[in-house]
Amino acid sequence: MGAEVRPPSVPENVPEIIFYSSASGNTVRFVERLGLGAKRIPISPKEAMPAATRSFVLICPTYADGEGRGAVPKQVIRFLNDVANRAHLVGVIGTGNRNFGTLFASSGDVIARKCNVPLLYKFELAGFDRDLTRVRAGLEKLGMEPCSTAT
Amino acid sequence: MKDMTDIRIPRAINWNRLEDDKDLEVWNRLTVNFWLPEKVPLSNDIPSWATLKDFEKTLTIRVFTGLTLLDTIQNTVGAPSLMPDAVTPHEEAVLTNVAFMEAVHARSYSSIFSTLCSTKEVDEAFRWSEENPHLQAKARAILETYAPGNDPLKRKIASVFLESFLFYSGFYLPMYWSSRAKLTNTADLIRLIIRDEAVHGYYIGYKFQRGMEKLPEAEQQALKDYAYSLLFELYEIENQYTEELYDEIGLTEDVKTFLHYNANKALQNLGFEALFPSEVSEVNPAILAALSPDSENHDFFSGSGSSYVIGKAVATEDEDWDF
Repeated sequence: MGAEVRPPSVPENVPEIIFYSSASGNTVRFVERLGLGAKRIPISPKEAMPAATRSFVLICPTYADGEGRGAVPKQVIRFLNDVANRAHLVGVIGTGNRNFGTLFASSGDVIARKCNVPLLYKFELAGFDRDLTRVRAGLEKLGMEPCSTAT
Repeated sequence: MKDMTDIRIPRAINWNRLEDDKDLEVWNRLTVNFWLPEKVPLSNDIPSWATLKDFEKTLTIRVFTGLTLLDTIQNTVGAPSLMPDAVTPHEEAVLTNVAFMEAVHARSYSSIFSTLCSTKEVDEAFRWSEENPHLQAKARAILETYAPGNDPLKRKIASVFLESFLFYSGFYLPMYWSSRAKLTNTADLIRLIIRDEAVHGYYIGYKFQRGMEKLPEAEQQALKDYAYSLLFELYEIENQYTEELYDEIGLTEDVKTFLHYNANKALQNLGFEALFPSEVSEVNPAILAALSPDSENHDFFSGSGSSYVIGKAVATEDEDWDF
């Protein structure tokens, strides 16, 4: 899914989505169903990194071990190490599995703290219908309140 | 001289030449997460156990014998049956870890029993598990797909349903006790099992997806149909099992919601769409909170927008961060 073109129905002020999804594909399935268009951070370090050119929300799955280490995928860290990308980040959505207890979707916690942006939401695996509705509505609301995330 | 032609000598495994990065990722995750029941101070639950009514004790022991059976199956039959189907040597090695951890899980329930219960109570519950028709039916349904000669991808479907769905009629109860501040150390141990099962279901589901994507469209559809029909079969059994266990304590409907939620997650592990709509799969918040303490509510969107939530501190420094 290399969809970098925004569907015409999506209002211009809604933040764009940039996401990572590993080969298991849960996050990409969520993003496809969301239908807002999105840029994907590639799994392979050999592929070109997308560039954030406007306000965006990052959706990131979690790969933490039992101690919480390694929650954020290396490729996402690489993407965020670019200050030009970070400048446009307005919030993060963490994904994961509640089976991991207190570390559920902890990549969202880590990125929020590291980048000083709000943790907008957490959902499990490929998300359920309720998650789609909430994220869609939430992103539109963010578009209407462009200053709500300013620090 | 013996005929040696039938002996296949495997190639020595080289972990520095990976065909699938997921194998190493999951190997690392599982080995770092390794644990033994001795790590959990179960004896702290003795006073709490004494506060349970007799029927609550019986229910709890029965639930744990049911879980022991599933772990035993996965340890001795399920995970080993997946090994000959492995497409990489590293996958086979990961499955040996899965198999062993299932043995640890099965062993853990006996640690709970020896700490909290009398021998007589436990023996009675094991006898119950051997005679319970619903428990035996789900074991049989899974074992049929594990039988030698069956489709390797169907085996993976059954395995994911065991790891990500069938355990949850049992896991519900320690989460329920934990939400009432009872048997909290036992719940800590069960959470370790729940964490492992998530990795197992994820990994086997991932391997299923890799195998399925190589098939022509019609065969993919047939496998998908098989998965949903097996889920329905297991779901029917689970409903009856749940009613038999939980009617007396009045929790049957709550457990069924938990089953729907976990069935949806099992399907997603296989790359399929969730089946049960939100109305019947919204789990009791107290159970969700017991499952993932401190993380039950992360919805910045639904608030006013002014509640500025920064992620809580987690011990997660990674050397790759440049800032």
